[in-house]
Amino acid sequence: MHLSAQTHYQAELDAGRFCLQHCPQCQNHVFTPRELCPHCGASPLRWVRASGLGTVYSATTIARKADAGGNYNVALIDLDEGVRMMSRVEGVAPEAVHIGQRVQAHVAHKDGRGLVLFQPAVQGGAE
Amino acid sequence: MSRVPQSHLDAAAVNRPLRGRVAIAGAATYGCGEAPGMDDMTLLVRAAHAAVADAGLTMQDIDGLATCSVNASMWTMPVIEHLGINPTYVDGTMIGGSSFIAHLLPAMRALEAGQCKAVLVCYGSAQRSATFGRKEGVAARRFLDPQPYEHPYEPVLPVAAYALAAARHMHEFGTTREQLAEVAVAARAWAQKNPEAFMRDPLTIEDVLSARPIASPLGVRDCCLVTDGGGAIVLTRAERARDLPRPPVYVLGNATAIWNRQISCMPDLTTTAAAQSGAQAFAMAGLKAADMDMAQVYDAFTINTILFLEDLGFCAKGEGGAFVAAGGIAPGGRLAVNTNGGGLSCVHPGMYGIFALIEAVRQLRGETGARQLSKHRTAVVHGNGGTLSSQSTAVLGTAETL
Ligand SMILES: [Zn+2]
Repeated sequence: MHLSAQTHYQAELDAGRFCLQHCPQCQNHVFTPRELCPHCGASPLRWVRASGLGTVYSATTIARKADAGGNYNVALIDLDEGVRMMSRVEGVAPEAVHIGQRVQAHVAHKDGRGLVLFQPAVQGGAE
Repeated sequence: MSRVPQSHLDAAAVNRPLRGRVAIAGAATYGCGEAPGMDDMTLLVRAAHAAVADAGLTMQDIDGLATCSVNASMWTMPVIEHLGINPTYVDGTMIGGSSFIAHLLPAMRALEAGQCKAVLVCYGSAQRSATFGRKEGVAARRFLDPQPYEHPYEPVLPVAAYALAAARHMHEFGTTREQLAEVAVAARAWAQKNPEAFMRDPLTIEDVLSARPIASPLGVRDCCLVTDGGGAIVLTRAERARDLPRPPVYVLGNATAIWNRQISCMPDLTTTAAAQSGAQAFAMAGLKAADMDMAQVYDAFTINTILFLEDLGFCAKGEGGAFVAAGGIAPGGRLAVNTNGGGLSCVHPGMYGIFALIEAVRQLRGETGARQLSKHRTAVVHGNGGTLSSQSTAVLGTAETL
């Protein structure tokens, strides 16, 4: 059975693994998951484990009432593999998340489903 | 990472023969602001009826239709049913708020080919008054139009996407919150000259900066309205438009570009596909930004106006903040932008594109009263859809621009 790229990605996340696609033809990493390489059109793409290291490309603090959980961060992260993804940077005040900040991914679970969250990188290079 | 795709289309060569061959012969709005008791179809039909009458035609003369809806995926069919027409040309392309501007070029080809004689481009939405189904609609769209790589992070779309673009623009170019606020204040100043505008109270930079935060750096006054409203235009071949009662507004150029759906897949958050649609529309028109007497651009959020003024060529990339500062786009400024008050202060019923077109038509015809520009021969109209996803640019002009 051929799983859709999205199903495969989510199944890996649910099992605690953060994976990206890699194009065997042009050697680019690919995210978001898809069937064809958006750079060269090749297929199939192969799955590889993400390093999880990245840099904040942009960030916003979403205003939310305190009794609903309070403000939170939404960010776009440029992974070291050369792809970008949306996520949240947690473990720090949402207002303290800033562009250029180095961050490290981990897989969390919400309602039984895996998702990728980030926290400020302890090591992994200067900002 | 910021690999911005480039089109290979030579718009000047391919589309130039259509320049000025089609004109907007009729235009109308209906129920802008609050229209309690109305629904999407009623607003659309009443605007359509008024636009067709404005063109000096009857509904039986309409044999082309372009329309789409935020909610209904097969919207052309009930619209045809309600209007009682039998079109030989139908376009239901839905690419968000830029749709109605993107409907122009295919309609021009159909008119020029003789497939139809009069195309009605129309829209209606009771987004403000219709409380029924709003929550269900959001839930249904998540299922029908999923964004599985964004929704788990609860980004509160669309505003969070525009906030991310604004934050990046501020980071790269030093754009300030005050400069963003200038866009909202200028829109309000124009709205105060427009009896049809929904919000006409005085608005200061300080009001915008101190407004309720939504998604930093954007507050509630950086965000467009939620209103009701219908709008429609009628397109005919230029020869026929000259025999109709209203001064023809010629379509000199139009182009559409899409680079992404999700904001996380946008190659570079400070350059939009308007750079492509604008270049191609201007190439078709044989004109440039400096030739424009006005710009009507889709201001869903204050950052939009700055991005689009840059991408359309009114200033260099990164200089949009300085361009709008100190009343640069307010009445009396260096460039007249969104002279009806825009989506920020005039009208924004889900999708705004048709209203930008209609305001340009009214300005070019010289019928906008207190806000009328003294120079009104050329206009650029720019539509945006999704989360900086689809972009469509039109260049319009009066008879003297042919
Ligand atoms: Zn490839």
